Amino acid sequence: MNKFYNLTKGILKENPIFVIVLGMCPTLATTSSAMNGLGMGLATTFVLLGSNVVISLLARLIPDKVRIPAYIVIIATFVTIVDLVMQAYTQTLYEKLGIFIPLIVVNCIVLGRAEAFANKNNVFQSALDGIGMGLGFTFALALLGTVREVLGSGSIFDHKFISGDGIIVFILAPGAFIALAYLIALFNRIKK
Amino acid sequence: MEYILIIIAAIFVNNVVLAQFLGICPFIGVSNKIETSMGMAGAVTFVIVLATIVTFLLQHYVLNPLGIAYMQTIVFILVIAALVQMVEIILKKLSPVLYQALGIFLPLITTNCAVLGVAILVIKKNYNLLEGVVFGAATAIGFGLALIIMAGIREQLALSNVPKGMRGVPIVLLTAGILALAFMGFAGIVK
Repeated sequence: MNKFYNLTKGILKENPIFVIVLGMCPTLATTSSAMNGLGMGLATTFVLLGSNVVISLLARLIPDKVRIPAYIVIIATFVTIVDLVMQAYTQTLYEKLGIFIPLIVVNCIVLGRAEAFANKNNVFQSALDGIGMGLGFTFALALLGTVREVLGSGSIFDHKFISGDGIIVFILAPGAFIALAYLIALFNRIKK
Repeated sequence: MEYILIIIAAIFVNNVVLAQFLGICPFIGVSNKIETSMGMAGAVTFVIVLATIVTFLLQHYVLNPLGIAYMQTIVFILVIAALVQMVEIILKKLSPVLYQALGIFLPLITTNCAVLGVAILVIKKNYNLLEGVVFGAATAIGFGLALIIMAGIREQLALSNVPKGMRGVPIVLLTAGILALAFMGFAGIVK
């Protein structure tokens, strides 16, 4: 197997959103624009990378019975770091993402990778896996954010290309479900 | 009166699943049958109310006085995880019938972001304890409502001919989208 397979698998082949379908809450909630999706994706990538590295380092020291609470504490630590850093340096994005920054803790992808990958593999591979999965997640969020922003407000990354409003429902809650439904269907189609 | 406003807002206007996107995973995962959705809804209501009370007390009597409010995320998630475990053990002893009904859903609830979400929202919105409990219970009822409606629709969907590419998750999301459109009709009832 290719050494860097763990880095690239998350982007398409095992994409956390389109293929594994985990971590739906932030996916739907923070993608009202491409920028928000990208920000949320990168924040999650950082947490994934940090928690994967630390967990793979500590995996042998943590007793099997208390591993889940131990993982959660490690993940929560990185989430707190992201939370404080974003509050300090990216104030507007922080306010837009709001409650979904602390909620990275309960994002199934992060705990899922810890349990399924990081506690069985070495630090280097775990780091690659964290970055790969994170980038796959970011890619999915940015794509969904772009689709919703183009349809909903007629702009890409805040650059407007039509005058007036778009199809507003796409930046509201129902549009999130509908856009993601068709994106996953499209992905299923391409995969075959 | 303000409690009624909180209840209506939390159940219909800002429905936790369809408007705020919390707890989507169990919403998609266990909405196959009406019966299991009811079990899940019951377990979530129980845990949310309990978690709201405990985290509220912790925030106001431990974290704030000590000036370590930044530990919120870590403390809350640990408390919720411990609480779920405890509820499971106590239920097993006290009420085996209830445990049978809720049992399998309890471990799943730790990663239900609605629980942590409500706990954080109660602190963010500056509710007092009673308001927090009412808000938590109403949010949980909203979750149950969305889950049970969805289960009803999915039981029908199982019998219909869905296009190949849309089978599975996409059709569920699409249905949820239409459901969310319906719930948008409630917008504006409560400010």
